[in-house]
Amino acid sequence: MAHAISSPTSISGAGSAPSDLVIPARELAPWLAFGALFAMSVLVLISSAQGAITIPEGTAIHEWVHDGRHLLGFPCH
Amino acid sequence: MSTRTFLVQGLVAGLLAGIAAFVVAYTVGEPQVDRAIALEEAAGATAADHEHSDDPAAGHSHDDEDAVVTRATQSTLGLATGTLAIGVVLGGLTGLLAAVGLGRLGGLRPAASTALVALLGAVSFSVVPFLKYPATPPAVGSGETIDNRTALYFGFLAVSVLAVLAAVAVARAAVRLWSGVPGVVAGAATYAVIVVVAALAFPKVDELGDFPAGLLWDFRVASLLTLLALWAVIGAALTVLVDRTWRQHDAVRARRELAASL
Repeated sequence: MAHAISSPTSISGAGSAPSDLVIPARELAPWLAFGALFAMSVLVLISSAQGAITIPEGTAIHEWVHDGRHLLGFPCH
Repeated sequence: MSTRTFLVQGLVAGLLAGIAAFVVAYTVGEPQVDRAIALEEAAGATAADHEHSDDPAAGHSHDDEDAVVTRATQSTLGLATGTLAIGVVLGGLTGLLAAVGLGRLGGLRPAASTALVALLGAVSFSVVPFLKYPATPPAVGSGETIDNRTALYFGFLAVSVLAVLAAVAVARAAVRLWSGVPGVVAGAATYAVIVVVAALAFPKVDELGDFPAGLLWDFRVASLLTLLALWAVIGAALTVLVDRTWRQHDAVRARRELAASL
C-alpha cells in the first residue's frame, strides 16, 4: 500500500516509525473475515470425524487424512 | 506493505511449513502410528467384540483388506494432504494477522511483530490445546465418544485463541497506561488466567486404558514435534519474507525523501 503522506519527522534517514505502516482496519476487515471463515471450513474438513457433519456421505475424507489428524493432534480414534 | 503481500507471503510460508510438517510426521510420527495400529489389530484379533472389530458402525478399521483407504496411502498422500492443507491455511491466516499486527504492537518493527504473531499463534492454537487435550495414537479413544471429544477440543481451542486476542488487547491498553514491561506482563497474565480457568473447567478425557506408556510418550513427542515444525517454519519463513519487503519499502521511502529534500 503506497503511503501518500510520508512522515516529515524522519527526513534524517533514521527510518520510519512502525506506526507509520499501520494498515487501516477498513482495508483489513474483508481479508480477515474471509480468511477466518475459509480457515475454519478447511479445519472442519480435515479434523472432523465426518460423522457429526457428513458432506459427502461416507468416510473417504476421514480415512484419507487419518494420519494427519492423529499427528496434528486432532481428536480421532 | 499491503494486506495482499502479507497473505501471499503467509501462503508461501504455510506451504513450506506443510512440507516440513509432513517430513517430520512421516519420519518421526509414522513409526509410532504403525506400532499403535499393530497393537490395535492384535487386541482386535483376541477380542472378537472389540469396538474396532470389523463392524464399520463402531468406527473405522485399520485393516488393509476392508479399508476405504489403504495404510500406504494414509501414511503418504493422506498425511501430506492433511499437513499441506493445515499448513497453507494456518500460514495464510498468520500472514493476515501479521498484517493486522503491523505497527500496532508497540514499537515492534515488521519482522518482530510478525514473529510475535506467529509465536502467539503457535502457543494459543497448538501448544496450549495440546497440553489440555494431547494427541492420541490410533487404538486410543472410542468411536462413540469422538463427537464429544471433538467438541471439547475445539471448544478449548476457541477459548485459547479468543484469550490470546483478549490478552493482546489488554497488553496494548496497559502499555499505553503504564509502559512496555508491565503491559506485556498484564497481557501474559490475562492469557494465563483465562486458559488455566478454562483448563480446570473443561472435563478430563481419559480413554487410555492399558495402552503402553512408552509408545504413548513417543507418539505424543512426535505429534508435538510435527506441530512445532509447522509453526517454526511458518514463523521463520514469514518473518524473513516480511522483513525483506519492509527493507525494500523503507529503501524506496528513504530515496523519495532524499529526492524531496533536494
